[in-house]
Amino acid sequence: MNSTFTWLFDPEHWSGPTGIPARILEHLGYTALTVLIAAVIAVPLGAIIGHTGRGTFLVAGLSNGLRALPELGLLTLLVLLTYVGLMPVVISLVILAIPPVLAGTYAGIRNVDRSVVDAAHGMGMRGSTVLLQVELPNALPLILGGIRAATLQVIATATIAAYVSLGGLGRFVIDGNNAGAGSPDGYPQMAAGAIVVALLALAVEGVLALVERGVVSPGVRNASKTQRTSRLRRRPTTDLVENPT
Amino acid sequence: MKRVFAGVATAVAAALALSACGGDDPLAEDSGDSGSGSSESISIGSADFPESQLLAEIYAQALEAKGVTVSREFNLGSREKYFEGLEDGSIDLIPEYSGVLLQFINKEAPETEAEAVYTALEGVLPENLTVLDKAEAEDKDAVVVTKETADKWSLTTIEDLAPHCGEVIFGAPPEFKTRPDGIPGIAKNYNCTFKSVSSLQPGAITTKALLDDTVQAADIFTTDASIEANGLVVLEDPKSNFAAQNVVPLVNKEKASDTVKEALNAISAKLDTETLLDLNARLNAPDKPDYADVAEEWLGEIGS
Amino acid sequence: MNIDWPWPWLERNLDDIGTATGEHLYLALLPVLAGLLISVPLGWASSRWGVARGILVPLAGVLYTIPSLALITLVPLLMGTRIIDPLNVQVPLAIYTIALLVRSVSDALLAVPGEVTAAATAVGYRPFHRFLTVELPLAVPVIIAGLRVAVVSAMSLTSVGALVGIGGLGGLITEGFLRNNGVELVVAIILIVVIALVIDALLLLVGRVITPWSRAQQRTGAKA
Repeated sequence: MNSTFTWLFDPEHWSGPTGIPARILEHLGYTALTVLIAAVIAVPLGAIIGHTGRGTFLVAGLSNGLRALPELGLLTLLVLLTYVGLMPVVISLVILAIPPVLAGTYAGIRNVDRSVVDAAHGMGMRGSTVLLQVELPNALPLILGGIRAATLQVIATATIAAYVSLGGLGRFVIDGNNAGAGSPDGYPQMAAGAIVVALLALAVEGVLALVERGVVSPGVRNASKTQRTSRLRRRPTTDLVENPT
Repeated sequence: MKRVFAGVATAVAAALALSACGGDDPLAEDSGDSGSGSSESISIGSADFPESQLLAEIYAQALEAKGVTVSREFNLGSREKYFEGLEDGSIDLIPEYSGVLLQFINKEAPETEAEAVYTALEGVLPENLTVLDKAEAEDKDAVVVTKETADKWSLTTIEDLAPHCGEVIFGAPPEFKTRPDGIPGIAKNYNCTFKSVSSLQPGAITTKALLDDTVQAADIFTTDASIEANGLVVLEDPKSNFAAQNVVPLVNKEKASDTVKEALNAISAKLDTETLLDLNARLNAPDKPDYADVAEEWLGEIGS
Repeated sequence: MNIDWPWPWLERNLDDIGTATGEHLYLALLPVLAGLLISVPLGWASSRWGVARGILVPLAGVLYTIPSLALITLVPLLMGTRIIDPLNVQVPLAIYTIALLVRSVSDALLAVPGEVTAAATAVGYRPFHRFLTVELPLAVPVIIAGLRVAVVSAMSLTSVGALVGIGGLGGLITEGFLRNNGVELVVAIILIVVIALVIDALLLLVGRVITPWSRAQQRTGAKA
């Protein structure tokens, strides 16, 4: 335990391109890029499926199937098929990040109170206007929930990127593992890396929770809260939006 | 209610049965065939790269042929990881390479020539360990580039690479960054500091990264079949940064019975670098033969 | 350099693949089972007492957030296991299962209509008997839903253990990667996914079978 904290607080490990801050930035960089791409793909897709009601099998099927997909396998396969670099890593991370965002968006759109949609229709809105101006804003809490789940999923999975020679916080775990338990750069480095990534995940989760609170308008937030408790009586398709890490 | 209980009980039983399929001591490697009536047993380990596993398998089969009971603990990782296992008796025998082993135990060891390295090694080993006869076969770390790069910069030695090092991303296993003959050694002996070092597993992925120009130079072992297969260029090492690396069995003194010594020394006598290259080429064949099959085939050929 | 596809490898290695699969199931399923057993009392406590819920549910959220590789790495530190102990993978998986299921069990029990428990008590059921024979069965669908997620994720997360030398099918993934063996990689991936989905379907089936009343309600058109 001592040696881990020694490693963690050694100033040498906090400077330079291989230091903890640099790796944190790399890690966040992979995450941000992935979640952005995943959102660009999954939000429109989920919105359309939710709005038209067609293709719902895609949401359930993808969520289930991709949850079973081992990230290490996907990543190494892509690297062997393409090359060692950022692209295969981002692609495999995006594939794993899409389901939560898709499920969240779909659930969000579907769970918009029918009376609100009716009111919109009553006001003369049609089709895409309803989607864009009514359903999406009302779906925001669940969409953000999905993005939040995806972000956490990616932060966790990005640790594996180090196995295929990339940076990020996984670097400490992989390198530490190779250096052997006895060495000061062995297990202590591994454990230090693990602690930092756990703390980073918690920190990001906290920040995103705050962002969600700030972004979602109070009216929608309160509406969704009452919806959530009444949803307990129905099959909880949306409670399981969160993908495990 | 009865239904619920029955259902839950069935599910639990099924889950237990499923997990019991592999539940008996699931992480122990299989014990080899025991010879008739021999009470000798030995546990053999290997590092995490193919050649090490192959050599370990060869040792294993040779010993089994002599009636020793062998337990295989392969794929233990790098020396930094498994050496403790040798010291504390978790494993008894492992194929090693003289130079790197010496430098692992004594970072300052200056010896680079084969005989000198072996003698020095005998002197620094922990109390309970010993090395048997060394083989002529050597497998050294090396700085390897593609033919294009060699032509572009007219490279034949690592010295030639030195002026270009600043533009080079170097690929190597993670432990290379800190080994005395690794990155520090290259920097010291050749005044060569790479732009950056990319951590890659030894084997296919390093070769791939080199061929894709993801890295411009890499640490590839000299008996790696992909060197010849892809026309890669091994840069010469005039300053002997990489010491002699004879294949040598590292064994627990208590387990080094006459049978063991005889069997393994006989193997070492037949193992030269050419052979090692050939064995690696067989392993690398597109149909990916098992270590056991390649080992068996070769042992058959040398009449063991 | 292209990836190799040595198809004969598959037939030659059926034994090893079988062993790896057994290992994998042992690493993945045992913790889920243990997690389930622990979650039921914890979930019940959360549904009963606000204080318990106030502690357990946020705690579950926090634990769930910690990346798997981090937990797998830290178990030796926190529990003193060896570096390649199977517990290093099994303990994190049990933790994730508990984190997932405590919430499910709690929510499910809370959703049991008050009239039903009141009726049961009125008829003469003792509290513990009532819990086992009335509330828990009604909670089963939600618990099974959570269990399905737990099992499927456990199957895929177990392979991460291969990065630190703890086997299962993840070992095939790393070996396939090292030796450029596309067949080995793909076989491992497919096995993990297929077995996970099969278990998922089985659980769904078990859930349907042991809750015949939900099907009856569907038939008569009443909502659950």
